[in-house]
Amino acid sequence: MTARIGIITNVFDTRAKNRIDKLKNQGFKKIKDLWIYDIYTVAKKLDDKQLISIGKKLSNPLTQSVVFQTEKARFTPPKKFTFAIEIGFLPGVTDNIGHTAKEIIEDSLKTKFRNGEDVYSSQVTFLTGKVSEKDAKEISLTLYNPLIQRAHIKSYQQFLKDGGMDLFVPKVDIKHQPKVIEINLNISDEELAKIGKNGIQNQDGTTRGPLALDLSFMKTIQKYFKKLGRSPTDIELESLAQTWSEHCKHTIFNDPIDNIKNGLYKTYIKGATEKIRKIKGKKDFCVSVFTDNSGGISFDENYLITHKVETHNSPSALDPFGGAITGIVGVNRDTLGFGLGAKPVANFYGFCLADPAIDIPLYRNKNKSQKMLSSRRIMDGVIAGINAGGNQSGIPTPQGFVYFHEGYRGKPLVFAGTIGLIPKKIKNKPSHIKNAQPGDLIVMIGGRVGKDGVHGATFSSESLNTKSPAAAVQIGDPITQKKLSDAIINEARDQLLYSSITDNGAGGLSCSVSEMAKESGGFVLDLEKTPLKYQGLDPWEIWISESQERMTLAVPEKNWVKFNSLMKRRGVEATIIGKFTNSKKGIVKYKNKTILDIDMKFLHDGLPQRKMISDKTTNNKHQATIPTDVNLNMSVSQMLARLNITSIEFISSQYDHIVLGGAVLGPLQGSGRVNSEASVFRPVLQSQRGVVMSQALYPNYSDINPYAMAAASIDTAVRNAVAIGGNPDYIALLDNFCWTESNTPQRLFQLKMAAKACYDTAVDYQTPYISGKDSMFNEFNGFDKNSKPVKVTIPPTLLISSIGVIEDINKTVSLDAKKENDLIYILGETFDELGGSEYLSMKNVSSTKTPIVNTKKNFKMYKDFYKAIQKELIASSISIGKGGLAVAIAKKSIGGMLGVDVSLENLPGSITRNDLALFSESQGRILISIAPKNKKAFEKTMSGNKIKQIGTVTKKPEIIIKGLSGKKIVNIKLNNAKNQYKKTFKDY
Amino acid sequence: MKKPRVLIFSGYGLNSEAETAYGFTLAGAESEIIHINDIIDGLYKLDDYQILSFPGGFSYGDDTGAGIAYANKIKNHLWEKLLKFIEKDKLVIGICNGCQIIANTGLFPAFENNYGQRDLALLNNESARFICRWTDLKVTTKTPWLDGIEKLSLPIAHGEGKFFAKANDLKKLETNKQIALKYEAGEMSKYLDLPYNPNGSALDIAGIIDGSGKILGLMPHPERGMFFTQLPNWQIKKEEHKRTGKKTSSEGPGLSIFKNAVQYFNK
Repeated sequence: MTARIGIITNVFDTRAKNRIDKLKNQGFKKIKDLWIYDIYTVAKKLDDKQLISIGKKLSNPLTQSVVFQTEKARFTPPKKFTFAIEIGFLPGVTDNIGHTAKEIIEDSLKTKFRNGEDVYSSQVTFLTGKVSEKDAKEISLTLYNPLIQRAHIKSYQQFLKDGGMDLFVPKVDIKHQPKVIEINLNISDEELAKIGKNGIQNQDGTTRGPLALDLSFMKTIQKYFKKLGRSPTDIELESLAQTWSEHCKHTIFNDPIDNIKNGLYKTYIKGATEKIRKIKGKKDFCVSVFTDNSGGISFDENYLITHKVETHNSPSALDPFGGAITGIVGVNRDTLGFGLGAKPVANFYGFCLADPAIDIPLYRNKNKSQKMLSSRRIMDGVIAGINAGGNQSGIPTPQGFVYFHEGYRGKPLVFAGTIGLIPKKIKNKPSHIKNAQPGDLIVMIGGRVGKDGVHGATFSSESLNTKSPAAAVQIGDPITQKKLSDAIINEARDQLLYSSITDNGAGGLSCSVSEMAKESGGFVLDLEKTPLKYQGLDPWEIWISESQERMTLAVPEKNWVKFNSLMKRRGVEATIIGKFTNSKKGIVKYKNKTILDIDMKFLHDGLPQRKMISDKTTNNKHQATIPTDVNLNMSVSQMLARLNITSIEFISSQYDHIVLGGAVLGPLQGSGRVNSEASVFRPVLQSQRGVVMSQALYPNYSDINPYAMAAASIDTAVRNAVAIGGNPDYIALLDNFCWTESNTPQRLFQLKMAAKACYDTAVDYQTPYISGKDSMFNEFNGFDKNSKPVKVTIPPTLLISSIGVIEDINKTVSLDAKKENDLIYILGETFDELGGSEYLSMKNVSSTKTPIVNTKKNFKMYKDFYKAIQKELIASSISIGKGGLAVAIAKKSIGGMLGVDVSLENLPGSITRNDLALFSESQGRILISIAPKNKKAFEKTMSGNKIKQIGTVTKKPEIIIKGLSGKKIVNIKLNNAKNQYKKTFKDY
Repeated sequence: MKKPRVLIFSGYGLNSEAETAYGFTLAGAESEIIHINDIIDGLYKLDDYQILSFPGGFSYGDDTGAGIAYANKIKNHLWEKLLKFIEKDKLVIGICNGCQIIANTGLFPAFENNYGQRDLALLNNESARFICRWTDLKVTTKTPWLDGIEKLSLPIAHGEGKFFAKANDLKKLETNKQIALKYEAGEMSKYLDLPYNPNGSALDIAGIIDGSGKILGLMPHPERGMFFTQLPNWQIKKEEHKRTGKKTSSEGPGLSIFKNAVQYFNK
């Protein structure tokens, strides 16, 4: 039996108001009125009394009423409308609201839903006005994403005739007998390569989706099974593809390149950390680096803090909301999966997007049936995804950025990071060490397995094209994960009920189990024991599915009863699916038949190395002369409204940045609420110690000088942290390389240069890398509106995240000017370095002169500045970044809602023109203000550094800048500057 | 003096239990965070506690309406025990999601002592978006929770915080003096230059009490405003204090609410 329960809102519904406003903005001006019903489709036999009781439980009697529709009871709408549009999920897509409704019904009727019974949520939007059927269809397209949702449209007449919308149940119904097939690999190289690229072929001729195994990998696999004297099964091949994927093994970063035998990662990233740890000696704060799901450093005597930054790019291009929410709850699991389980205590986000105000349609196929979402939809979606994931998980999001560049139009980048906290010792055992023991049970906890996320790992190793499987898209369920997280972190961990834990992310069980089995030396698993969302999955699908909110644990047999009873009482499903062994083999059984039997050594270390050659050839444009700017007032104003400089307060204020009670300096600072590039929080409320976090990236420098790009990113990430009060001797870094066309020698050269800069700069600053991730093929291959092939590549993007520990949060310094008559200083030197700058992007001029980082000089200055902060001599401090000195001055002024009067005369460094002085992005600079009485002490503390007092804070609400010759070149009213800074996303 | 015992509910997506417990601990109470299922299973008895606290969070992801699912769970399993608890001279507080939960159980406003009747709803913010910012509040009634406080500033962080009641019930709330807190233009909204009412709440309501005044539901978060460094303007204040030689207290305004609760049992 199927019943539709409709919830009608009888009071003013802001959702409806927002929707109609948005639609009118999009050009659907004929809509007169709009209202929304929330629908619960209950597929379960219930009597009328039960239905009415459920309706009451699902609604608020004060503001809502309930209507029903069943096979017997037709539904007549109380009001006339033109069209009704119902949006619901496609079968198998995670439906969190439906899931909660089901729990409410089960709890209140004291009944259980049996197999096949379920609750599905959907929403009906009713429209009035002169809306045509074509309009209704177009409107529906703005309301749903066909990859994960369905839309039904009915006219009023049809609705009356049918007695409501259809009684549709989006139940997954797979009429498929699960089976395992053998793959014949005794075939030509050409055919091998084809399987590697397009995937295993089904009997109907379709392929299962990319394996992303190139010929050398396929030949190694061919040889392995030839030696065993048998063909691999499909699950064996899929499993190897997952474990060997670029996403999991990072072959491009690991394999030899040119004369670098050990590869870029070992030489430049890990190599830097090893060297720095040696130099630091007793002051080394690294505890667990590169080996675990997150990197861990010492916080104080009792705690470690962990950090990890992930990307979720390809899924976010297809379903921005789902991609971003799974990105953030996924990286939360990298925290839960650190050591014996760290508690997530702060999130950060980063979006690389194309200008949302411009719509350039792109299609995944030639006949234009698969349209990519508009940049605006992608932006709205990823913002909403982090909102839902972070806010619902109760983890603060004090930090984040949005960076815009046309190169992200085909594929956005979504960065998600999480900082965690874990006691150093649990029952006297070091918490960062985990060891699955032979004999431990393999236990999966959390969500169930479905087809969602099949081929997620191999998919992200490929660029985006028409074969991208929609099944790779998932939606996160933060509450299921929150229950799991609470049960693990607050209870099971501290009783040491398990010996190891890891996250089911990329590659699902295939990766988590074989990764943990490294600790014990092997595993044997019964795949049919895996709890499924629905029947009909082939064993290989169960094995590699990336269904969300799952962790895999090694539970000693003696602890199972206690562990399972705890999970039950916390509403978390736990299932034994196998055992860890020391057999040196990975074995998977399905219904008593062995379907996967691979040597652990081959699985993990069998992949061949491929030597890569890079090529230095570039097609850099020649240096153009930069025309002299005659209207600097206007340029400063325009710069403040630039996408990469403007306020993103609408994002900051919709993310909870104060939950957990540790907020110190957040995303918005000062009376003028200026977005900060760094933040500070207190993870342990009983302590005054704090964590400083920041990020930096300069993709616009990449094609000009990838070495300078990476150096600038590191300097900025470190300097942002130092500017807010971070200790330069206690900062660690994370690297996230998002590259493009990484199989071409030119891009590899850029990668190599960037990695080399990572080594040089980090070693000089003594900032070790503790964790990192790379994503190598971020490009879009598709068609434009004329069906012409187009390729959109991202600019090579390196995100550097910094994390630091400070002793006393009370000494941190915000960016806003504090008091009139305070003295404004610039620290560091300014040069004619505008290549890749925001200013030249605005003027559409190119220059090859990107900023060069002077690490020796900067490091000394940062250390001295830290001393000045510790002496509490600094009133405000902002790191000078994109947009240069002019933007930093304006932000300081807007932040404090105070005027400034500064002069560029005798600016430290070497600068030839006013415009270049204002907008140069020279690194190593900080703009600060101090109380006049601190002048002497401050200058003494900073002696030996290039610093200069350039002006004062004023009461008069004006930003006044005098040029190199002392003549006034900028004079902007403070309120105008504030309006410019805030106008770009005012209506978002 | 015996410390009053506080039971702080947890589970199903509540997420502010730790800092709320810490607030009560700082105020001098004995705080215990208990999963709702352990109370349902009888492992802990409400009778053993003097204060019940429903903390902030996102129970059930706000699906089907903020607080509704958790409220159903309470009504299905703990309602009789809860009614017994409030009959005694004890205190209850619901903060943010906790406020939404107890509103949906009908613990307040409970006109004519009719506990369980839902006469107040919390709707989507006017902006239809989650908002995280500081607000200013004035105390508009007498309740042990707000004893001695006239004004205070606290942050909010919610998507559904707009109080709604029928017109005559709003009047009743005013005449019964059951509106405990109202948003008003004050220090923080002026400092941040933001509208004083953050969500369009009717009559600027930010908090409500039952008839006895012992049950308080409020949308702002006292536990996120109990330290000086949580204030949005702590940096400028610190500078001012430094220059005038004034001593800076490490406490924030929110702590006084927890202290009041402890004080109530220590009188």
